Amino acid sequence: MAHDFSAKTLYQKIYASHVVGKLNPSTDLLYVDRHLIHEVTSPQAFSGLKLANRAVRRPDLTFATMDHNVSTQRRSMDAAGETSRKQLEALAANCDENQIPLLDLTHPDQGIVHVIGPEQGLTQPGMIIVCGDSHTSTHGAFGALAFGIGTSEVEHVLATQTLPQQQAKTLKVEINGELSAHVTPKDLIMAVIGKLGTAGGNGFVAEFAGSAITAMSMEGRMTLCNMSIEMGAKAGLIAPDETTFAYLKGKAHAPGAAHWDAAVKYWQSLYSDPAAVFDHTVVVDAASIAPQITWGTNPEQVMAVDQSVPAPDSFTDATKRDAAERALAYMGLQPGQKLTDCQVDVVFIGSCTNSRIEDLRAAASVVQGKKVANGVRALVVPGSGMVKRQAEAEGLAAIFKDAGFEWREPGCSMCLGMNDDRVAAGERCASTSNRNFEGRQGRGARTHLVSPAMAAAAAIAGKFVNIAAVHTQGEQP
Amino acid sequence: MSKIFAKGLVCPLDKNNVDTDQIIPKQFLTSVSRDGFAEAMFFDWRYLADGSPNPDFVVNKPEYKGASILLTRANFGCGSSREHAPWAILQYGFKVIIAESFADIFFNNSVNNGMLLIQLSKTNIDLLFNRCTQGPQQWQIDLASQEIMFGNNAALGFSIDADIKQRLLSGLDFIGSSEQLNPQIADYEQSRKASQPWLG
Ligand code: SF4
Repeated sequence: MAHDFSAKTLYQKIYASHVVGKLNPSTDLLYVDRHLIHEVTSPQAFSGLKLANRAVRRPDLTFATMDHNVSTQRRSMDAAGETSRKQLEALAANCDENQIPLLDLTHPDQGIVHVIGPEQGLTQPGMIIVCGDSHTSTHGAFGALAFGIGTSEVEHVLATQTLPQQQAKTLKVEINGELSAHVTPKDLIMAVIGKLGTAGGNGFVAEFAGSAITAMSMEGRMTLCNMSIEMGAKAGLIAPDETTFAYLKGKAHAPGAAHWDAAVKYWQSLYSDPAAVFDHTVVVDAASIAPQITWGTNPEQVMAVDQSVPAPDSFTDATKRDAAERALAYMGLQPGQKLTDCQVDVVFIGSCTNSRIEDLRAAASVVQGKKVANGVRALVVPGSGMVKRQAEAEGLAAIFKDAGFEWREPGCSMCLGMNDDRVAAGERCASTSNRNFEGRQGRGARTHLVSPAMAAAAAIAGKFVNIAAVHTQGEQP
Repeated sequence: MSKIFAKGLVCPLDKNNVDTDQIIPKQFLTSVSRDGFAEAMFFDWRYLADGSPNPDFVVNKPEYKGASILLTRANFGCGSSREHAPWAILQYGFKVIIAESFADIFFNNSVNNGMLLIQLSKTNIDLLFNRCTQGPQQWQIDLASQEIMFGNNAALGFSIDADIKQRLLSGLDFIGSSEQLNPQIADYEQSRKASQPWLG
């Protein structure tokens, strides 16, 4: 059968349109359209530049925010401790010196880098977007090739606005059908990670497609692409469509009226050609997915909330068996246990995975008119100033506060606990974030990743709840 | 041609999915310097809650003191993009990591810091761990011939991207070599401005 060699995947199209030149037979130099920076992974890059007497090539394509170690209690650079203050000050000074726009703590729109990029219209289809942060994959929801880089690469991009790259393999994750009630994009991506494993996407750029994706909101698509890094993929990608364009229209940095039509016309060319061949394809039936929860210490150790904690012996692979054994010991769980019998101490609703307005709406609808269970510490940390203002205007903040949740300022917060928002050793946390690694939320902290609605339900019940079962029993608020 | 990239003691870290939060926990990420991370490597595994070294953690065992080759399993370095992870490993004294697979960003970060990351099949990784059970190992890594040499003329070959090999052998300047394409970068910016003026 004749093969159409001109057919390209979306990834291949974006890659090809950014090649500046060849560095050697296997490595291309790609142009970077947007470079997002934050306080943790940039200071050493700026000092490297200075040492080598190099300037920032395109400060106008570079945008900075403060998010990782800011206090979410007070808007002040010294509210999160001495070393954090130094790092925040270094970012402010570096941005000032190099004329890089910065959303600092005094800016009303400050927030988590992967929340503000889309909100500000900085994230657009067809772009290459990089940031010294692995969850840069989030921006792939707009049909941008977006991936995390290290500090040496941050320095490289600051100096040249380019990055050496080699073509990745392509993975298609086709998700057909409809998600059941109370099953969210978070559950979907967790189920996909469970299926493929945390290394299943290594070396691949994953494109999500299918009717479930077409029907999904931008917020949901961002959650999906956000966690594509948790299956090891270099980036997640979704072809832009009318939903994407509608989201972008009118955003501060989106193309204005003069260029809008031309931009949309270009964006409409960004899809995988029907004849394009992916290196690997996975097909998922959306309707088959139940609300998910992690039971272990990496995101692939996940199950449907109505299942029981697996026995290590049930894994045929010896290293997986050992990992499960170790994870259960760390998590304080027994094989066969139901997590719906398991008490929670802390509930965290936030992070670049689930801190957008839809996430807060979903959580608030579960919380409305109820109280946080005794002994549970629960906090909501909106992803940005914009999300915070909107949630306040819609009355969501009041719902959370009335129920006994803490309502915080935007930042990464308890997702990684670089500031003072930590989970104590042995405490069990229902978290809407993306990583359940040992010690991620604090030394000895036990993290269970869930959707915002599941986290909210756990806060009210004081233990994990199968949100779908509550719903079918008609107890849903 | 022989070019010994590293030689020394091997430390076997028998785990899958070692993530960057384990390699260097977040409390060490607030530094603005590139140095001083050696002590932080594997902090939560290396030290007990009271701050004393954990005698059961492999890196702390006397027989692996001074190791420069780290042997581990699949998906090493998964998690965040923090370059502090390879900085910590390098500053501790490891120059080579051998694993079944590595997370992408960690791999790039390590290469950008002059480390050699060797990826081998599961069968070969099992074989190497097996060797380590016979007592502490001293290996040499010949990058030019792409071989791990065990002594007694025994060796195991590995493959490596030609570009990375070249960079590690000649120590090419990461930014400098891209800057040689400055005229092309300027051309690209010109045509980008013409065809997609909304990009700035
Ligand atoms: S919210 Fe968490 S995962 Fe997202 S950028 Fe912040 S620390 Fe990273």
